[in-house]
Amino acid sequence: MAEQLDLEGRAAPPRRNGELVFAEPWESRVFGLTMALHEAGVFAWDEFRSRLIEAIRRADADGGSQPYWQSWRHAFESLLTAKGICADADLEARTHALAARPPGHDHH
Amino acid sequence: MSAGHDHDHDDEIALRVEALESLLLEKGLIDSAVVDEIIRHYEQDVGPMNGARVVARAWVDPAYKTRLLADGTAAVAELGYGGREGAHVRVVENQPGVHNVVVCSLCSCYPWALLGLPPTWYKSPAYRSRVVREPRAVLAEMGVTLPPSVEVRVWDSSAEVRYLVLPERPPDTERLSEGELAALVSRDAMIGVALPGRREASHG
Repeated sequence: MAEQLDLEGRAAPPRRNGELVFAEPWESRVFGLTMALHEAGVFAWDEFRSRLIEAIRRADADGGSQPYWQSWRHAFESLLTAKGICADADLEARTHALAARPPGHDHH
Repeated sequence: MSAGHDHDHDDEIALRVEALESLLLEKGLIDSAVVDEIIRHYEQDVGPMNGARVVARAWVDPAYKTRLLADGTAAVAELGYGGREGAHVRVVENQPGVHNVVVCSLCSCYPWALLGLPPTWYKSPAYRSRVVREPRAVLAEMGVTLPPSVEVRVWDSSAEVRYLVLPERPPDTERLSEGELAALVSRDAMIGVALPGRREASHG
């Protein structure tokens, strides 16, 4: 007999038969950024989904070894570029600036 | 699981995503606390127990089951579940002679509010392409061998509709409470790649 599952209480397991949702912190971050912008009304879900489909189609054609959250990130960046929110050059420049921080920098 | 992940590569991507967040912050488009809360919500609040609760309610309450099959979105909202991404929920019922299985052949659409975020295998090219072409073979590999007399229906999710399988109530469960019934309903049973009341094989 299966044990009674506490579905409501604080002690309830987050995902009874789930698995780790995100393997790397950046995966959860890019997911959260996407959802936050969507909830702020910046884009319609289908605008993102069509790009995700395209990114996954390309990854599949490429042998399917690209991790899922990479496809997600490509789709999100493509959406931001298309919306004029974030140009690729700006993103490159900011990434380089962050990479140039001295080691042991304060994350916040 | 993360085989093939290259740590330097992940570090590079992590920087790029951090850069993305800092640019969006500067433009006033996001609030990091909101992003934190969204991640926490998907990591901790939503998961298959939501869907299991819906299934158990349908098993014990025939009127609820009728409403659930007629209008899944409205019926799951009765229990407090709704999708942030605004898709409709359609519940498909397993019956003697009919087995349902769900896929998103193009990407990864999934009833998040009821099951949480999808498992890795659901997003894999192999599952997405094969379950459409040869559902019986895929189901057998995942531990569900169906006799030829059972019709298999494959439901391809889309931006508009997210499917959830209502499994058949296992026999000899008349005396179980709703909570005990919910404990028999696995995530995989609600995708249609497992039967309820059995231990899950690991499909990682």
